[in-house]
Amino acid sequence: MALPIYTTPGQRLWHYTYLLFCGFVLFFLVAPLVVVIPLSFTSTPFLSFTPEMLALDPEGFSVRWYKSLFGMCSDIEDNISTMCHNKWMTGAQKSLIIAVVSTLLATFVGTLAALGLSSDHMPARRLIMALMISPLIVPLIITASGMAFFFAKINLTATWSGIILAHTILGLPFVVITVTSTLVGFDKSLMRAGANLGGTPAYNFFKIQMPLIAPGMISGALFAFITSFDEIVIILFVGGPKQHTLPLQMWSGIRQEISPTILSAATILVLFSIVLLTTLEMLRRRSERLRGITPH
Amino acid sequence: MATAQEALPDGPILTADGTPLKVSLQKSLVRSKMRAIMLVAPPLLFLLILFILPIGNMLTRSVDDALVNKVFPTTLEAFEAWDKTSEPPEVLYESFVNDVKAAEKLDVGKVGTRMNYAKPGWKSLVKRTARKLKKIKEPPYKDALIKIDKRWADKEFWLSLGIMKDERTMVYFLNSIDKTFDFDKNVIEVDENRKVYNLLWRRTLMVSFIVTIACLLLAYPVSYLLATLPMRISNLLMICVLMPFWTSLLVRIVAWMIMLQQNGVVNDSLVTLGILNEENRLAMMYNFNGTIIVMTQILLPFMILPLYSVMKTIPPSYMKAAQNLGATPTLAFIRIYMPQTIPGIGAGCILVFIVAIGYYITPELVGGKDGRLIGNMVAYHMQSSLNWGLAAAMGTILLITILILYWIYDMVIGIDNMKMG
Repeated sequence: MALPIYTTPGQRLWHYTYLLFCGFVLFFLVAPLVVVIPLSFTSTPFLSFTPEMLALDPEGFSVRWYKSLFGMCSDIEDNISTMCHNKWMTGAQKSLIIAVVSTLLATFVGTLAALGLSSDHMPARRLIMALMISPLIVPLIITASGMAFFFAKINLTATWSGIILAHTILGLPFVVITVTSTLVGFDKSLMRAGANLGGTPAYNFFKIQMPLIAPGMISGALFAFITSFDEIVIILFVGGPKQHTLPLQMWSGIRQEISPTILSAATILVLFSIVLLTTLEMLRRRSERLRGITPH
Repeated sequence: MATAQEALPDGPILTADGTPLKVSLQKSLVRSKMRAIMLVAPPLLFLLILFILPIGNMLTRSVDDALVNKVFPTTLEAFEAWDKTSEPPEVLYESFVNDVKAAEKLDVGKVGTRMNYAKPGWKSLVKRTARKLKKIKEPPYKDALIKIDKRWADKEFWLSLGIMKDERTMVYFLNSIDKTFDFDKNVIEVDENRKVYNLLWRRTLMVSFIVTIACLLLAYPVSYLLATLPMRISNLLMICVLMPFWTSLLVRIVAWMIMLQQNGVVNDSLVTLGILNEENRLAMMYNFNGTIIVMTQILLPFMILPLYSVMKTIPPSYMKAAQNLGATPTLAFIRIYMPQTIPGIGAGCILVFIVAIGYYITPELVGGKDGRLIGNMVAYHMQSSLNWGLAAAMGTILLITILILYWIYDMVIGIDNMKMG
């Protein structure tokens, strides 16, 4: 974006104002997440920067909130006893289990749907695609209300299977979208070649098609995973005390008393999202390379 | 093949096994169609049973009013027979007593709650009467009931049954736009001091609208920058867009609480810089502004991504050509560049608006009292007041609005073009 030498001062001023504005917007997007990280190392139970922290005094920093996050309660002077339980760790475990199982389910079901929908001979393709994507469009509050009534009827309220099934539904559209778009670039003659060489349809699928659409499946799975891992409304409506997941723990933390423990959890989750983002970007590049699409 | 063709020189082309090619092709077409259907059927069934059906079922609750009919059938019969102008007759009281005696205890509680929406007071009246019903042994029931509770002499209560006598009702839909039925089932406005929903609908639309516009204004320049910068730098800046997108919603909300609260980072910085006095720290949290600020940041990537992907496809040479032909940069931008970005603007706006209009978590946590939206009201009626009919009616209106927008989105952009990340 270097300016040509013939630009007038007015254009120059406009250009730099424009860059400044863009910088402001990007700052607006990222700043809150960045602010959380240093603040999670505070030594006080307050949620603002203390003078010690601003002066970069080591006294102002500590890892006590990380200790409390991981359930280590060695701090005797830490008299906020309610913060000293292991709900964060058990919550993370529960979230992980729910997210992993529902992601596997969603990936399986979603890939099936995408394979069928990518066929040229699928009737009512557009309608079915719209239905498959609808869990993404319908507000969570409506989905959750509907499921609350339905699950109560079939005794799935406050059960693991209920939550997992609900999260599978939420993850489904992502898998369908990503796998369908990977299948657009899939060369169908490869499957015919495989069949010609004597492979059964199942063998051909696992040996030829799946490795090629795997990037789409994995990125869809990542979306499904993060959706489930971060999901709160369904848990609030159909979960029970046994399903006290990480988002629920954050939710109750935010509503009752925000302690810096939440910030340490948030920091870890921000780092986690960076890892996921990097994985996804690498997958995208790999997929484009495999399909012969050169990155622009 | 050769023999087959010799046998039928003018007939249709045959395949190796002797069937006409047309039939054979038809067969293989049907086979691949069947295969596609077999693949789609299980996911579709899964979705129908666990998603479409429950939502449809919930929506029927918005018009369902069969409970009173089920629990108090003879009372309603007696009510129909009554001329409504004279004093409530003995038979009305008698059938009520018989109905309560015949009904399940749980149902009586539920029906009391339902009747309370029609006329406040019913719930306690039914509950109290049901508890003391054992004392009533013989007629006249009218006097006995009035002895239990004076309100039984009040004709108003009996007249309010008129609202509930049908098994289907529009009263919940009317309630969700601050209207109701009078006792003769005429549509009337609710009392001025009980009006909340019209305000909430207006606020929800306004918040969604403001957030959409704010997102567009913030996203457009940034998307343009990302689309025109060299790939290497724009990829780096793209991380700034995608990172919030990938971060937990609750984490982002916590982060904003730190930023915007009374002693938050923004206020502290402004005070330190001397822009604000210690006393007039800005209230940016737990109000309308808080909802707007946080929702804008959360939904901004939904606007940037579609805009970016459209702008990426516009060749920069168009702008240069326009300038070559004598247009000023501004004119070239408005006349040449902007019209080509309209699909992106449309996609982004509809997407942001759809997501914003059903928001629940963010307004609940940062909205305070005057930042609550319709989604919060649905949750309130689902979880706290247990007025499920009203929750379902509001949900139906919300859903229909969204489906119309979704349909427009599908028509204009096509859901196939929806891209992730």
